[in-house]
Amino acid sequence: MINFLGKTLKNPLVLASGVLGNNSGILKRVHRNGCGLVTMKSIGPSPRDGHKNPTVIDLGHGMINAVGLPSPGYLHMEEEWKDLEKRDFPLIASVYGGSVQEYQDVAGFVSGKKPDCIEINISCPNSEQHGMIFGVNEKSSFDVVSAVKKVINVPLIAKLTPQAPDIACIAKACEDAGADAICAINTAGPGMVIDIEARMPVLAFQKGGLSGPMIHPIAVRCVYDIYRAVSIPIIGLGGVTTGKDAVEMIMAGASLVGIGSAVRYRGIDVFQEVNNELEAWLQDHDVTMEEIRGAAHGTISAPNNGSAQ
Amino acid sequence: MKPLIHQAPVMLRVARKEVHSRDFASLYFDHSLDFQPGQFVMVWIPGIDEKPYTISYHKKKRFGITIEAKGIFSKKAIGLKPGDLMGFRGPFGNGFTPMPSPDIAIVAGGCGMAPLAPLVEILDKHIFFIQGARSKEFILYPDRFEIKRQICTDDGSLGHRGFVTELLEQEIETRKKDEKRPFEMVYACGPEIMMHRIFMICEDNKIPCQVSLERYMRCGFGVCGACVCGEQVVCKDGPVFESKILRTMADFNTIALLKSGKPVDLAQYFSWRCQS
Repeated sequence: MINFLGKTLKNPLVLASGVLGNNSGILKRVHRNGCGLVTMKSIGPSPRDGHKNPTVIDLGHGMINAVGLPSPGYLHMEEEWKDLEKRDFPLIASVYGGSVQEYQDVAGFVSGKKPDCIEINISCPNSEQHGMIFGVNEKSSFDVVSAVKKVINVPLIAKLTPQAPDIACIAKACEDAGADAICAINTAGPGMVIDIEARMPVLAFQKGGLSGPMIHPIAVRCVYDIYRAVSIPIIGLGGVTTGKDAVEMIMAGASLVGIGSAVRYRGIDVFQEVNNELEAWLQDHDVTMEEIRGAAHGTISAPNNGSAQ
Repeated sequence: MKPLIHQAPVMLRVARKEVHSRDFASLYFDHSLDFQPGQFVMVWIPGIDEKPYTISYHKKKRFGITIEAKGIFSKKAIGLKPGDLMGFRGPFGNGFTPMPSPDIAIVAGGCGMAPLAPLVEILDKHIFFIQGARSKEFILYPDRFEIKRQICTDDGSLGHRGFVTELLEQEIETRKKDEKRPFEMVYACGPEIMMHRIFMICEDNKIPCQVSLERYMRCGFGVCGACVCGEQVVCKDGPVFESKILRTMADFNTIALLKSGKPVDLAQYFSWRCQS
């Protein structure tokens, strides 16, 4: 059992936002299949369809997507909340907005529905008006987090983008604004794939966020930088596909490890499998997760010793 | 890890177009697919959209999809000519499990004939095969199969006037009365309300069935969650589901998600789907 922000989790694995989390049934199944903490698909201020297809393409070594933040809108989800009220698993509700006020409106309302945590998505690259535009700047990250913190009564997780010029500074700004944890990273890029026969970008939105094994080294570096800058726990994710990838994230400084695109490569059972592989590795090396957390920082490592700048 | 088949879309030229009626046409492509009846491909028309289509025709070096002109995408698709390009990802999902037995029923309603057609072609020649549609001109592939068909139409313009489910129930009763072997499997595809009725008939008679569901899809490979139906992911766990799973699917014949992710009743879902 793991303790995370006062909640007891059966293991350190987290379902990344935007993956599968579209109804309570599938969230329940992901939890049953070995995921300690599941995240709902990001909830927005108003009904939104997202982009036209193609929206998600597998590139083999990872995926590119521009789903575009579809959401029924926070005021139109009564059925889901009713189902989730009866849940027997821990849940993160992810929220996004197009302004500080919208983040506040959505998060304040969602807090009343009693998720275990609220994650604020200041990192999605697939909308011009939402998400990432807030997370690339220290001041706007600070403003969103501090505004949301005032209106919610569950722990706040800030989900960050690797597009920030210095993700450690953003993480520090979020911590200073009252964030209880950091989740890193959202998709990288954005990138583009052009079909040379059609002579046009494959994604209808043209560009999209990269995920999966191809971004794992970026994610590890981000978590490593963030760990040196903050003392709040980190959910490390980005391309984690195996137990060894999870070990690497923990050594970079992650307290929990998120999984998203790996569902493509190993199915929903990936959670149970990665957890088994992680436990086997720890057992083989006769160490606990706590003992290896941040191990890659060596002797100079210590959270709270300032930003990585 | 399972081998990946197609990742980014593979662009193929229409090799042949077969117009079935005003609203139906099949497009054929010269390409080998590792395929199981009931699986689907994501079909891309550059600049327009990408939609899931079942594979309705499958030979070693050629496959086909059948299109009903309904919304923006399908009207565009049905207007394509030989030589025009379309992109394909897939095949995706789990199809029908073919059983080598004559004691099988196939029930096809409307364009639900499309995923069942390649299955019919590999099953025993003595299966019981029911095909229904609104009227005569909506009976897909009238000359395609060697197997005898029981046709029914809503308006009586061809065959039995009424529902496919009535013919299935009659045959199940006849087999009981004549002490013939009961069906070992019923394969069905058509409107969800029809498939649900067939599932209920099969449950009452202790016959296993497999039906093919449809939901709005994005990725096609079980990651984005757009097509979840209860605890099932239609694009990855389905689109074909067997009785054992159907029994646990609370959303079967009740709920589907709109593009925004909002759950709505099926009437609202299908009226939206027919326009998009």
